[in-house]
Amino acid sequence: MSGTALRSPAARALRDAFLSALVALGIFGVMVGLRTDPGARSLVLSWHPVPVAVAVAIVFFGRLALSGWRIARPAGTAAPRRLAEGMTHAGRYVAPVFLILALTLPLYAGRYYLDLGILVLTYVMLGWGLNIVVGLAGLLDLGYVAFYAVGAYTFAIAATTFGLGFWTCLPLAGLFAAIFGVLLGFPVLRLRGDYLAIVTLAFGEIVRVVILNWVSLTGGPNGISGIPRPTLFGLTFLADGGPGSFADYFGIEPNITQRVIFLFYVILAMALLTNWVSLRLRRLPLGRAWEALREDEVACRSLGINVTVTKLTAFSIGATFGGFAGAFFATRQAFISPESFTFIESAIVLAIVVLGGLGSQLGVALAALVMIGGSEMLRGIIILGVDLVEYRMLLFGIALVVVMVLRPRGLVSGRTPSVSLGRPREISAELVAEGRG
Amino acid sequence: MADILSVESLTMRFGGLLAVDSLSFAVRAGEITAVIGPNGAGKTTVFNCITGFYRPTSGRLALTHAGGDGFELQTIPGHNIARRARVARTFQNIRLFAGMTALENLMVAQHNRLMPNVASGLLAVFGLGGYRPIQHAAIEKAKLWLDAIGLMARADDPAGALPYGAQRRLEIARAMCIDPVLLCLDEPAAGLNPRESEELSDLLLRIRGGQVGGGCSILLIEHDMGVVMRISDHVVVLDHGEKISDGTPAEVRNDPHVIAAYLGEGDEDEGHEASAA
Ligand SMILES: Nc1ncnc2c1ncn2[C@@H]1O[C@H](COP(=O)(O)OP(=O)(O)O)[C@@H](O)[C@H]1O
Ligand SMILES: [Mg+2]
Repeated sequence: MSGTALRSPAARALRDAFLSALVALGIFGVMVGLRTDPGARSLVLSWHPVPVAVAVAIVFFGRLALSGWRIARPAGTAAPRRLAEGMTHAGRYVAPVFLILALTLPLYAGRYYLDLGILVLTYVMLGWGLNIVVGLAGLLDLGYVAFYAVGAYTFAIAATTFGLGFWTCLPLAGLFAAIFGVLLGFPVLRLRGDYLAIVTLAFGEIVRVVILNWVSLTGGPNGISGIPRPTLFGLTFLADGGPGSFADYFGIEPNITQRVIFLFYVILAMALLTNWVSLRLRRLPLGRAWEALREDEVACRSLGINVTVTKLTAFSIGATFGGFAGAFFATRQAFISPESFTFIESAIVLAIVVLGGLGSQLGVALAALVMIGGSEMLRGIIILGVDLVEYRMLLFGIALVVVMVLRPRGLVSGRTPSVSLGRPREISAELVAEGRG
Repeated sequence: MADILSVESLTMRFGGLLAVDSLSFAVRAGEITAVIGPNGAGKTTVFNCITGFYRPTSGRLALTHAGGDGFELQTIPGHNIARRARVARTFQNIRLFAGMTALENLMVAQHNRLMPNVASGLLAVFGLGGYRPIQHAAIEKAKLWLDAIGLMARADDPAGALPYGAQRRLEIARAMCIDPVLLCLDEPAAGLNPRESEELSDLLLRIRGGQVGGGCSILLIEHDMGVVMRISDHVVVLDHGEKISDGTPAEVRNDPHVIAAYLGEGDEDEGHEASAA
């Protein structure tokens, strides 16, 4: 490859851009260019060259601009680092602002935004739960959705067969998810890195396949419907009011929005509980041991820390919150089926954690807001005849790549010491380990 | 004086390679025992057997606490060697928690005292189980060690950002925070300048004497003969996994086997030191 080294930077940049455009053509040509539309008797394949051309052109010029930027400033690491420090600094003020915005959302937002808020908060909660496993303990779990599913089905089955309510079942769902966490953890936590990732991925699929096939218990592909809604100290939120309902008790008009607002506050409270427990655990020996494990497992062992038990606690506490979120998902939808628990859910939650910055609570919340809320915002934005929401996965991917290139540690990296003699100072991301399994 | 650790016919085989060959020696309580030998002699392997990272092919490692409790280290699972038998170690390549502060490193070392079991760890989330006084005591202990190694001012700095010499000392302090009866140090003076080596020697003598911490026996792997000759009470020399000499520093220094082993290796520094007498 001596030829490449001799070429001028401009020629090399052009060649790079051309190759990128070629790859883009291969990808977008199929993903964007070919579309199936329902025809008279069957699906009809249609060819859309314009969006493909636009996408390829964006990649070509984007790559060219990136190369130009690299040539212009070869030591291009200063800016992202300053950005990181700024972000960490701003974090102290951003978090309370977001909390207040969330608490008052029902005052200024309509039904659509409340529903979206519920969706975002569900992912925030899942992200915070998985953050315990991946961000703190450094264990790469690709099957987190399994615990979400276990929580959802535990609640759904308990509610529909024994007539138990949401609040009774919530701890049950968490407990079952935790038990599954331990069951999975025992055999697999000896594995490290890639092996752990693969086995957890398989576990996620196994749980889904079992749910799909155990028809007598789970209803198989038909799922479970008629799952009860949560109540507020026994008051229901039925659309038609009636005795014992919230509207009846307070003597107001029954309104479906009341239930949505209630659900919103339920998931907000559950997410905040997850956050509180994680933050608190971080400052306690257990959380500190998780982080130490992420930093250096061998050293932990030499200090007498039981590595297996410590990993198991991280796994099962993360699973518990996944189970809680699952129970909420079931009660909100009133219907669940295996389709809601595919691998892509695990991938999205993991992407939120990685994008947000491993171990960072604020980063995870922001990433969930951008990825889930942002992608919903794309709905209805039509460019060149395509609805952008159809390409949300593509945009996720691009966002991930961009963040990983600019800020390999996620939006908010670095960590705050869990204990300090003086005023705690932020530890820069370069020193913090990501964990190897 | 009583033996705290007795190594009997320790053998460690890696495939066809005999890294430690039927090695026997004793570590006496309250003493500093040095293990020296050329590179590849099997010193680190002996440490890894004692601290449970390797399971010996054969042999016996008997540890006896001052109270009379006995432990067969070759049968105890990994972390319990530190936790129950109270054998602490440092690593030839420093293994600190680089992204955690000096203070946090010392707190992690006190994990088992801070959190005797998982239930107590979870209760602490809700402020139950009397966690506060234990934490207070742990911080005090950490401060004691930070003071002893001269890192009080840098308590809140990440370990990975400390100078090399400070990292070496911090790793020793961290090992001491588990309250060991036996401290195993793998080349603690490697990479230190003469002044730092001097300070390290003083620190180790104070640890042995109990002037800082509760007093403990030390097993030391070291190449710096200045340090070895100054502080050790007893020296064991290994070559090719076998013991070639065992005695006081003066005896070992004059042992022709040792001189031959070191000269044979052709390492100028150590050759000079060993043959200087
Ligand atoms: N895990 C291992 N697998 C295979 N060989 C090993 C292993 N650990 C050490 N050895 C070999 O054992 C011998 C002794 O190594 P070591 O104990 O590290 O020597 P020293 O610490 O005295 O320099 C060397 O030949 C080394 O290659
Ligand atoms: Mg060695």
